[in-house]
Amino acid sequence: MKKLKYALFTGCTAKQSTPEQLMSTYAVAKKLNIELIELTEASCCGASHLQDFDDFLSLVLNARNIAYAEKHGLTMVTICNTCQLNTAMTKHRLDHNSKLKAKVNEKLNEVGLEYKGTSTITHFLYAIIDDFGLDKLKEMVVTPLSKFNIAPFYGCHNIRPSELQNETHKTKENPYNPTSLDDLIIACGGKNVDYEQKNKCCGFHVELQAPHTAAVLTGNAIAGAVDQNADWMVTPCPLCHLKLDTQADHASKAIGREVELPVLHMQQMVGLALGCSSEELGLKHHVAEVNFI
Amino acid sequence: MSTHSITTQKVNFRVFRFNAGDDYLPYYENYTMEVTSEEVVLDILNRIKWDFDGSFSYRRSCRHGICGACAIKVNGRSTLACKESMTTMIDWFGTDLTLEPLSIKRAVKDLIIDKGDFWKKHDAIHPYLISHIDEHPEMECAVTPEQADELNDADLCIQCGACHYACPVVEVNEDFFGPAAFAKAYRFEADVRDDAHITRLEELHEEKQGLWDCVKCFECAEVCPKEVNPIDKITKLHQMLFKEGVATSNVATRHAVGFKHSIAKHGVLDEGGLVLYSEGPAIIKHIPVALKMFRKGKIVMPWAIPKSDNLDEIQQLIKSSSTVKF
Repeated sequence: MKKLKYALFTGCTAKQSTPEQLMSTYAVAKKLNIELIELTEASCCGASHLQDFDDFLSLVLNARNIAYAEKHGLTMVTICNTCQLNTAMTKHRLDHNSKLKAKVNEKLNEVGLEYKGTSTITHFLYAIIDDFGLDKLKEMVVTPLSKFNIAPFYGCHNIRPSELQNETHKTKENPYNPTSLDDLIIACGGKNVDYEQKNKCCGFHVELQAPHTAAVLTGNAIAGAVDQNADWMVTPCPLCHLKLDTQADHASKAIGREVELPVLHMQQMVGLALGCSSEELGLKHHVAEVNFI
Repeated sequence: MSTHSITTQKVNFRVFRFNAGDDYLPYYENYTMEVTSEEVVLDILNRIKWDFDGSFSYRRSCRHGICGACAIKVNGRSTLACKESMTTMIDWFGTDLTLEPLSIKRAVKDLIIDKGDFWKKHDAIHPYLISHIDEHPEMECAVTPEQADELNDADLCIQCGACHYACPVVEVNEDFFGPAAFAKAYRFEADVRDDAHITRLEELHEEKQGLWDCVKCFECAEVCPKEVNPIDKITKLHQMLFKEGVATSNVATRHAVGFKHSIAKHGVLDEGGLVLYSEGPAIIKHIPVALKMFRKGKIVMPWAIPKSDNLDEIQQLIKSSSTVKF
């Protein structure tokens, strides 16, 4: 198999509040012989909030990020659901609106860049599933996670809007019955837990402005996993991770019951199955202690 | 000659039953039937009533995806029963399907719900054109095709409630207007003939009920049977708040604007700095969580915030491409 190579858009969170996500991404990439060229020039995607304030500016900045992936001639790989959405949405809008693309390029040309539309965009979860292949991953598992009931938490922006995400992922995901993360858990030898909240919102994006709403949504998500006897949760989104991992106290108060579970990044789960050490995967960085290793 | 052939499959339906007049708690009835590839969900509701139990109740009217009466939930997904094919439902969910009202807590009889909260919120956003028209105008009020295009898809809303009862915030916050009301508000905000832009926007800006409580989960866009895409309208209304000068300084608006400031300074987001900028002195309430994160190496000190390479490019683009000031 030809060596897989991607332009890595880390997003902001992996460089700050979830350092373990970046560590485990590199650890897993090394095990799978995937080459990652980090887009160190990239800016923040706006996280769907800059877009509320200045839509054109967010388009220009996201187009600039993609332009750098194009310079490498590589598919851009993201490790954050919200980065995935904002980048893919920018690409969709520019690829379907030549006037808008020209207007954005007028700005990018000021700094010697051009958005061509030649790079595709995918999330690391789908790079593993679509490009690397779950069968091949299964063959590489050295520590099957068979002892664990693992609750997948998909996060919104990888599965909705489905029309957009189905443009970027080869795995066609039904947002009401998503399977990618479940399939990944099974490939790692774990038992996937089915629960109602697995494709629901964690509330991250209103954490500051509507904390009660955010806390209830977080609490319901963790409680859903707890009620199905999950040992831990796993997510492809660092924003969901932050909410579920660090806000268990607020969430417990909001829903009136004590709930807390370890919440792993999907890269950490794959890394455990592939035999990476807890140091390589940054397991010490979790607020909800990862105490089962 | 058509080569299309009709296929059948056995499907198990688990159907929500409840009569507020008689029942203390809801229950589910099971019905199994052969379903053809030609049928839509409404056909199944009709067959349950006609073939199994005449007392089974649900709303239906036009059968053409126009009246919005027959929206229900299939395996938790809001669905306009007369529009959604059984083939799609079986493809998505398999042959065990649960039919429920849009909102279980608002159920009155079987799949019929009390949509009072939906209509109250719909009415609250002044869902009509407010225009001070001269009684004796000298010329017609011309709307260009481009201006009409701005509101056309929002105008397609049939008020079925699919998005409203799919919205997780509506479930948690009873004051929240919800995606359908926002899409309707946009329909008039985008109408060049409307004179109530500012008044309506001010109401949409209010905390707890307004736009800033949207969690951006895209459930509303996913379920809308008419492709109104309410979250897209919510985003456009957010932008209008800034452009029309209605946005006042609060935690939500500073949170949006803070991204620009942070990107201008670092390229990437300074996460802690953004919380400080958004919350102001109220940041104190985040200290317990921040301490836990700090102990786990999840907080980067202000002096160590990473910066994007070629930051000067980003700064130049922000300078030349910014379209909004706040």
